[in-house]
Amino acid sequence: MNAVNVKKKSEFARQPVGDQMLLVVGYVVLGIFVVAIIFPMIYIILSSFIDPITLQNKGVTFDFSKWTLTAYERVMTNAQIWVGFKNALLYSIEATVLSGAVTLLAAYPMSRPDFRGRGFFNVIFVITMFFGGGLIPTYLLISDIGWLDNPLAILVPGAFSVWNMIIARTYYQGIPRDLQEAANIDGASEMVYFFKILLPVCTPIIATISMWNFVGMWNSYFDAMIYLNSASKQPLQLVLRGILIQSQPEPGMVSDMQSTAERAQLAELLKYATIIISSLPLMIMYPFFQKYFDSGIMAGAVKG
Amino acid sequence: MSKPSTNVTARKSGSAWIRSTLVYVRQHWQLYLFFIMPAFLLTIIFRYIPMGGIAIAFTNYNPFQGIFGSEWVGFSHFERFLSSPDFMSYLLNTLKLSIYGLLWGFPAPILLAFLLNRIISKSKKQKIQLVLYMPNFISVIVLCGIVRILLSPTGMVNMLLGTNYNFMTMPQAFRTIYIASGIWQGAGWGSIIYTAALSNASKELKEAAVIDGANIIQQIKTVEWPAIKDTVLIQFVMSVGNIMSVGFEKAYALQTDLNMGASEIISTYVYKKGIIDGDYGFSTAVGLFNTVINVILLLSMNAIVKKMNDGKGI
Repeated sequence: MNAVNVKKKSEFARQPVGDQMLLVVGYVVLGIFVVAIIFPMIYIILSSFIDPITLQNKGVTFDFSKWTLTAYERVMTNAQIWVGFKNALLYSIEATVLSGAVTLLAAYPMSRPDFRGRGFFNVIFVITMFFGGGLIPTYLLISDIGWLDNPLAILVPGAFSVWNMIIARTYYQGIPRDLQEAANIDGASEMVYFFKILLPVCTPIIATISMWNFVGMWNSYFDAMIYLNSASKQPLQLVLRGILIQSQPEPGMVSDMQSTAERAQLAELLKYATIIISSLPLMIMYPFFQKYFDSGIMAGAVKG
Repeated sequence: MSKPSTNVTARKSGSAWIRSTLVYVRQHWQLYLFFIMPAFLLTIIFRYIPMGGIAIAFTNYNPFQGIFGSEWVGFSHFERFLSSPDFMSYLLNTLKLSIYGLLWGFPAPILLAFLLNRIISKSKKQKIQLVLYMPNFISVIVLCGIVRILLSPTGMVNMLLGTNYNFMTMPQAFRTIYIASGIWQGAGWGSIIYTAALSNASKELKEAAVIDGANIIQQIKTVEWPAIKDTVLIQFVMSVGNIMSVGFEKAYALQTDLNMGASEIISTYVYKKGIIDGDYGFSTAVGLFNTVINVILLLSMNAIVKKMNDGKGI
């Protein structure tokens, strides 16, 4: 450990003075950025435990007699939050599977130079990245199909992502062709080759795209806002929107408070706890995917 | 491979090409039926059919009568929008939000990538990246919730400044809030793509530069910048292509009745006019106007990049 430090120091010391100054400035900038990310998070976490009146008058305090778990109790015992959680989890898993399947499958023929119609499909797909019918025509189509207030409306229309297809295609193209020629000689069908030989060596890109799909669905609210009206079908983000943006906590959360002022204070406190509880699952999950980010995203970066 | 020779004969005669294609399709029918069909159908149904629905923009659309039964009004929705006093304000709000957002937001991840690239210790670098990526996993709603809390009159920012502004009601603060929170959330994540490109920079080249006594600025100029230049260009064109599609979700979640002067952008207007008011024809026209500007921007941007980049566009 010591030896490593010494080596690093000397490496820094060996550099010209101008470079040393530049490096120091650089590290400071990076440090500021890191602090700017962590500081608000810690503030929110601390605030979520503090009694609403104290928080409003004095801010964050380390006088633990003023700490309380009320907010967490109220949020956790609220049925609508759990409905939101359950729906979000369900929709996110469904979106990950559906979108992953459609996208990864389509990327395969598109990755083959010999695929007849490649140019045609490419044009058809890429146009949709830059031009579309817009909100109302899409909304009216969904409504004509009869999918208003049906979760299919938020799952199916966006299931095929051209961008992810391009990234997967680029990744497939990086897999040595010998693998495929060997498979063809053996008389393996396309499907056997795809599932048995290609996919198993594409874990980084599958993990990356799955994570994007999952996080994307988990965190979005627009489609759900326009298509899903019944409370029983709303995903977490819509429930959160009521609490965080519209400052309208779920009825059961604050109704026992006597005065409007108390209710408003409690509503504020609930926001902190809601933020923590709703963000926790992804925050815990994401470090496990970190090792795939670089290799997965690089694949898309190289050719665009 | 024997493919090139079949291609040559294919170009010689049309019927031979059709025949060889048929043979190919018969041999590889799985590629068409199983692999590409789902994506193709989804694209046709949910992307191209709505494009036909653009005709709604030229009608007084009534859901009960359909596109062809509704009254045809030509360009009158466009005239109404373009001549309304709000038009300029919404257009400028949209453009300012995305152009300023691009000017501040685009260099931020590149800067971060350069800085990260200067950290020698691998484990330290990874820890910093873990923190930098984190905000990306916060949802738009939670991000805007955090912003509203921190900027409320009794929130953290006012406590630090010793003031009690209500930032969320100030139109002049909206763009700064939007862009700064965007960098807070996205710069770290955005840096991945550049970090990856930088790690592709040739090690030998860099070592040679160091031995030649190149300082950091010179190393960046001769080794690192060339390694990420293409990525930067592609990302830039893509961002410009999305200039008019500046995120509805965040703008809408940061809107308050009082900051509307800066926060009402075309996409939020389209939503309110169309979904909330049910003025389908007008809303579609406004949306179409937005898309057309976007396409024009993208095409001209691509042309400029092509010129700068020796004929290579995207």
